[in-house]
Amino acid sequence: MDWVLIITQLLNGLQLGLLLFLLASGLTLVFGIMDFVNLAHGALYMIGAYFCATLTEFTGSFLLGLLIAVPVTAAAGALLEISIIRRLYSKDHLDHVLATFGLILCFDTAVHFLWGPEGKAIPLPAFLDGRVTILPGIEFPTFRLSIILTGLILAFVLYFIITHTKMGMLIRAGASNRQMVSAHGIDIKSLFTVVFAVGAAMAGFAGMMISPITEASIGMGNEIIIVAFVVIIIGGIGSIKGAFLAAILVGLIDTMGRSFLDTLLKLILSAENAETAAPALSAMAIYILMAAILAVRPQGLFPPKGR
Amino acid sequence: MFKKFLLLASACLMAIGPAVAAEKVKIGFVTTITTPAGVIGKDMVDAVNLAMEDIGGKMAGLDVELIVEDDGFKPAIGKQKTDKLVKQDKVQFVTGFIWSHVLLASQKSALGAGKFLISSNAGPSQMAGKLCHKNFFSTSWQNDQTPMAMGEVLNLNNVKSLYVMAPNYAAGKNMVAGVTRTFKGKIVGKDLTKWGKDAQLDFSAELAKAKASGAEGIFVFYPGKAGGAFIKQYAQAGLQGKIPLYSVFTVDSIALPKLQKANMNGVMGSVMTQFWAPDLDTPQNKKFVSGFKKKYGRYPSFYAAQSYDTIFLIKSAVEAVEGDLSNKDGMRAAMEKANFPSVRGKFSYGNNHFPIQNFYSREVVKDSDGVWTTSVREIVLKNHQDTYAKDCSM
Repeated sequence: MDWVLIITQLLNGLQLGLLLFLLASGLTLVFGIMDFVNLAHGALYMIGAYFCATLTEFTGSFLLGLLIAVPVTAAAGALLEISIIRRLYSKDHLDHVLATFGLILCFDTAVHFLWGPEGKAIPLPAFLDGRVTILPGIEFPTFRLSIILTGLILAFVLYFIITHTKMGMLIRAGASNRQMVSAHGIDIKSLFTVVFAVGAAMAGFAGMMISPITEASIGMGNEIIIVAFVVIIIGGIGSIKGAFLAAILVGLIDTMGRSFLDTLLKLILSAENAETAAPALSAMAIYILMAAILAVRPQGLFPPKGR
Repeated sequence: MFKKFLLLASACLMAIGPAVAAEKVKIGFVTTITTPAGVIGKDMVDAVNLAMEDIGGKMAGLDVELIVEDDGFKPAIGKQKTDKLVKQDKVQFVTGFIWSHVLLASQKSALGAGKFLISSNAGPSQMAGKLCHKNFFSTSWQNDQTPMAMGEVLNLNNVKSLYVMAPNYAAGKNMVAGVTRTFKGKIVGKDLTKWGKDAQLDFSAELAKAKASGAEGIFVFYPGKAGGAFIKQYAQAGLQGKIPLYSVFTVDSIALPKLQKANMNGVMGSVMTQFWAPDLDTPQNKKFVSGFKKKYGRYPSFYAAQSYDTIFLIKSAVEAVEGDLSNKDGMRAAMEKANFPSVRGKFSYGNNHFPIQNFYSREVVKDSDGVWTTSVREIVLKNHQDTYAKDCSM
């Protein structure tokens, strides 16, 4: 086996995993604490990307665009929570799904209306656009490496907030037992708004980090939100730690499947069959994993305590 | 005041009058308007609208009505929309179709009802071979032909080993088959990636494999938005200058403005093959490209060129029967002659109603205004007919 290739693919898998974590962390908190199924989480990923693209164009700098776009996306998230989402908490899950699916359509159409159908590219500054040599012989795109680093930093910050601050305590308490928290006189309403806004900012940030690679486009969030749901189900709904580990796991499985499955299948199948079967199988791999985990451990790998 | 009103009213009546009385040429145009691939559909619809303007909205004195439908990038919806055009709108011509899988799903609805079906882009091997039909025509190419030309270019450039990447759907497989058929070297690796509404756009794993394979060239087919994404990641992964890029239907007038905006210099000089380029020297093409640029302020893509041709092909048929739309045999015979001004110049139709035409190598260049575009280099395949024509029983 080629070690250079394996290490590169591990890094690629890690990068995908951290991107998924950024998206899944908000989703798992909103689902876990507010018991709210938010299909429109992917829409926030999309509008984050579009905000960043426009601001990058406007300011001429990706970093500046990113810095402004994150709070703007958080504000958009807060606005969405206060104006619409808040009214839905008391309804059941099916209503959540219907309402947020409607929101997806609204967001997609709004973006189509405001930015047109063609998608937006985000140009990178030169120092992010190159490659770095990580180990002798292993070159890795600088920007993908920066996704890994910022993802790890954010994961750590989130971990710190949740385990070492009062706010985090409330979030953990909320994830374990919502009624008990509000029974203690905590202003659960504003806590929900803050959590939703933070989730929106994280999702938006993920969108901003992927767009220089794939472009911001309509419906970009709808594709990845399914995978984010897989991540939080594997990790255990409401658990940041679970979301982190499951995201990395899913990222690695997906990347490794795409990289090595066809070579492995060629050992047992004809070349032509292996080539057609490999992409289908690697696309299925994470769902198979989810099904297996649901069968053996339906609460997920690391569910929040006290449920 | 009253006088003015009367004048206006009579003017309106006059405008409506003849349209109600006479029969209309109805053309259904199925393309992708929503989803990110909608950018292709927009280019096609723009070209068709331009063509309608250029013919003054009339064919053989009859008014022409264009009905555009969105397939949503899904075969099932494409078929639904085709059914609607045939049964509800009662069109005589069903045209458009970007995607091979959408065309394959929809063809029966149009052909079964005795309508003419004209593909303005998709050219799946099935339609050229076993499923060929007397009422089906193409104003584009059969999928395999363009990559076959690319295989020849690779041989000429002395490329010995090749890494191949394409989306996992009907056309992607045709493209891979095409380049494999003519390329004489060794194919050292191949990836078919997920396609459709939730297509894979991040190619990190595949590019790492290509790099590790040590191939002398990489062949890709990524139409529409995936093309821009691929080129960017190809450069970001550092393959530029190491593994030269040979592409078909990937670097086009849709991807280039965005690549230029993002300053992806790596695409400059990258080689592709195609039946057409904006600077192809034919009278109709000059008229088309300058008209398109004037009206929309950008270069047309090949999708647009084929769509423009579609309208002129129909016009030649309607005029040959002097507007007698019930004379299907007459219209078919006229279309078989390909006797219309095509942007690609004079060509002829094969037995399966796919064009027998030249394929050129093209290169990305800067035009006199500094805008990135593609330019014809040389003829790679002359008067080329697709390989599936022999499976067609017509």
